Amino acid sequence: MSKQKIVIIGNGMVGHNFIEKLVASEGYANFEVHTFCEEPRVAYDRVYLSSYFSGKTAEDLSLVKPGFYEANGVKIYMNDKAIDIDLEAKIVKSEAGVEIAYDKLIMATGSYPFVPPITGNEREGCLVYRTIEDLDMIQAAADKGKVGVVVGGGLLGLEAAKALKDLGLETHVVEFASRLMPVQLDDGGSALLKRKIENLGVSVHCSKATTEIVAGDDCVNKMMFADGESLETDIVLFSAGIRPRDDLAKQVGLKLGPRGGIQINNQCLTSDADVFAIGECALHDGMIYGLVAPGYAMAQAVVDQLNSKTAAFEGADQSTKLKLMGVDVASIGDPHGTDENALSYVYENGPEEIYKKIVVTPDGKKLLGAVLVGDAEDFGNLLQIMLNDMDLPEHPDALILPNRDGGGADLFGPDALPDTAQLCSCYDVSKGDIVDAVEGGCCTMADIKATTEAGTGCGGCVQLVTNVLNNELEKRGVEVNTDLCEHFGYTRQELFHICKVEEIKDFDTLLSKHGKGHGCEICKQAVGSIFASLWNAYALEEDKIPLQDTNDNYLGNMQKDGTYSVIPRVPGGEITPEKLIVLGEIAQKYKLYTKINGGQRIVLFGAQMNDLPAIWKRLIDAGFESGQAYAKALRTVKSCVGSTWCRFGLDDSVTMAIELENRYKGLRSPHKIKMGVSGCTRECAEAQAKDIGLISTENGWNLFVCGNGGMKPRHADLFASDLTTEEVFRYVDRLLMFYIKTANRLERTATWMDNLEGGLSYLQDVVINDSLGLASELEMQMQALHDTYQCDWKAAIENPEFTKRFRSFVNVDEPAEQLFVEERGQIRPATESEKLAGIAVQVKELV
Amino acid sequence: MNDFVKVCSTNDLVKNAGVAALVDGVQVALFYIDEEVFALDNFDPVGKAYVMSRGMIGDLKGELMVAAPLQKQHYNLKTGVCMDIEGLSIPTYPAKIENDQVFVSC
Repeated sequence: MSKQKIVIIGNGMVGHNFIEKLVASEGYANFEVHTFCEEPRVAYDRVYLSSYFSGKTAEDLSLVKPGFYEANGVKIYMNDKAIDIDLEAKIVKSEAGVEIAYDKLIMATGSYPFVPPITGNEREGCLVYRTIEDLDMIQAAADKGKVGVVVGGGLLGLEAAKALKDLGLETHVVEFASRLMPVQLDDGGSALLKRKIENLGVSVHCSKATTEIVAGDDCVNKMMFADGESLETDIVLFSAGIRPRDDLAKQVGLKLGPRGGIQINNQCLTSDADVFAIGECALHDGMIYGLVAPGYAMAQAVVDQLNSKTAAFEGADQSTKLKLMGVDVASIGDPHGTDENALSYVYENGPEEIYKKIVVTPDGKKLLGAVLVGDAEDFGNLLQIMLNDMDLPEHPDALILPNRDGGGADLFGPDALPDTAQLCSCYDVSKGDIVDAVEGGCCTMADIKATTEAGTGCGGCVQLVTNVLNNELEKRGVEVNTDLCEHFGYTRQELFHICKVEEIKDFDTLLSKHGKGHGCEICKQAVGSIFASLWNAYALEEDKIPLQDTNDNYLGNMQKDGTYSVIPRVPGGEITPEKLIVLGEIAQKYKLYTKINGGQRIVLFGAQMNDLPAIWKRLIDAGFESGQAYAKALRTVKSCVGSTWCRFGLDDSVTMAIELENRYKGLRSPHKIKMGVSGCTRECAEAQAKDIGLISTENGWNLFVCGNGGMKPRHADLFASDLTTEEVFRYVDRLLMFYIKTANRLERTATWMDNLEGGLSYLQDVVINDSLGLASELEMQMQALHDTYQCDWKAAIENPEFTKRFRSFVNVDEPAEQLFVEERGQIRPATESEKLAGIAVQVKELV
Repeated sequence: MNDFVKVCSTNDLVKNAGVAALVDGVQVALFYIDEEVFALDNFDPVGKAYVMSRGMIGDLKGELMVAAPLQKQHYNLKTGVCMDIEGLSIPTYPAKIENDQVFVSC
């Protein structure tokens, strides 16, 4: 059977989402996919467009993983636009002259910004806010000017205002209606939003009709208003709504709505049986959806049908929750009480700047809509009540009143939700899906994200999903307890803060002030690691012994037979012949098993406790340092040979690896940390499987974070591109210190990031944009730890009190019995049966 | 039961941690907590190695315990009974401190 040919016109968010879903569908092998992209770059995230001005690059905003189309055989025509469709012959023609026959055509042409017909709207500095090219023009205009005005106080307009503010302009918002976000908010909510935004330094002018734009006196332009006032500005940014891109559909005779938009039915079919339309260009039941979630739902409906499944798009809820210029805003259902008998409840908190309103049916039984400004935490709860048509409590206002005494607030716990309740609208994950995932073994939010994708889109549902998850775990008898252990009713992060604030430096003080009992191996190790991270408290101090696992106390990893490994640091995997010879001599003398491990180091196994100090003295004398392979700390930085020897290498990955290793060596952390540096995109060092990975590019370093190998391999995420070496260290300093301060015990960077609300983008905000104002503190703390670094083993062998601890027995001076057999010319621990059979021998008996 | 043997002084012990001693050919783990000494056999019956003295100590549900360093099973310091695996225990030996000297009977 020949493949079915699918052509998609438009490579925006929805067009790309359609392709992703089609590629992931079971029948993908039966399709051949072609897509036109009129922009010079593949699909990118328009929702977060304003982040382009706060540090994100066009590459960061891209929604297409590099190589995704190529790997899946999707043919994309870049910079080319479909200009004609022959509906009879089923052929699409492009501007560049490409002609493709299709079996099914998908129109995903999107929308364009509406520019009101005002005289002067084409003057210099009059711009729109839709594409990355638009942003570049805004940037160029901002470089020359000082004042910017956004025309339109809706959702996009306020986003655009944030962009102008980020560019350092004096910013104004001009809205024709009497309030901001007139569609989503009521007067009360809008008034508070206006106040909050004005506090951020943006002037808001409502009920203003612009009549004309003329040349300004001080600025490029002057806006004239119907009320006789005027406003001087360099930039006029139109954000007065969107209009569907339906010109091509109109030209070829597809049916449009009376006011535009390609008319579609519940199957997303247009008036032609082989042409679908999805996203903002489509008119469904008289409605153009300007949000991505409905567009994604349409894409899913079409993909299902192409896979011969029945599916339909039956409209979408337009409730939204978002952060506008840092202000939480949410709108649910019909917030205006269009039904004249509808009743409403309002809660307004002046000092804390919170406004909440719910609209209910005349009998007070059902929720019709809600507005939340300043605190949108109730969004998930209220949305579910409305979508699932749940009965309201006797006093509906309890839903928005603050619950200060903690009594009976949980009117709608997760149990009240039906299994069909959609919790994550970005990825269409229902409560039932979460329950199934828990049934299948998911126990943490990170598991849930990996299994269901819930919470990985906008992140708005994370709180609700977490509640459902915890509730399900509790029902299954899994204790959901974030306490570190029975001795401390705190998380590791909380203990970290307690120790820091109260400057606690010993376990007994911490236990007597904040815990109970004697402690256990869990809290002791966690606290030991906190002390090390906070004060670089030396592992060898007598009072630290009880806080550490044997690996930390004896500075080696205990092996199954009670012997230890010896792993000196070999920064960047670079080692001189002289040092290699020393390692060989030591291994020979103490009969140690020798192996090269996965971290580009040489590992000596089978060392007896009482030999460790002598072995390490010899190593230190030869210029080695401890490799900290026994610690929850930086392990190794793996590297390729890099540009010094490799004919493909773009940069010196070995030097970079050595510098990284030397900066972060000995750094104690909640779990081990691994790093990798590759000198080019061939990625020989597997940097994308590390907590911190660097890959050299033509323009600097690409920084990848939070990957790992191990039990649950996870690719690292691209964190920032084209960095200088200095930037690399600045970002890694901040990121690692933030990890050390906030991660849970034994939580690797990947899980830590996945459990942060906002995930990668939140972390980028904290590290790159310094959103918490912590950057300089984090850097200083890292510098302090670096400055106080000492080699554990060097300090140990200089301290006779410490070396005393390596005696096999406190009362007699003889080594403990340790039995081995020989295999491939080296020792290995004897098995129980070999010991019984008498074929195992003491090391000294081996020749 | 054999007589108490003087093994070492309290200076050789480490507070809130363990050390190993060889008493009449038996490897013994000595733990020092709350001014008291507890003696258990040094052999870890799960890990099959002489390592118990290198386990971390503390309490669980009010009972003093040592966590085996290899696989982290918990054993009651006073009785040697394993708290995680039913029917498993480590031999314990009478131990005491007199005039800063540590005595064990194996």
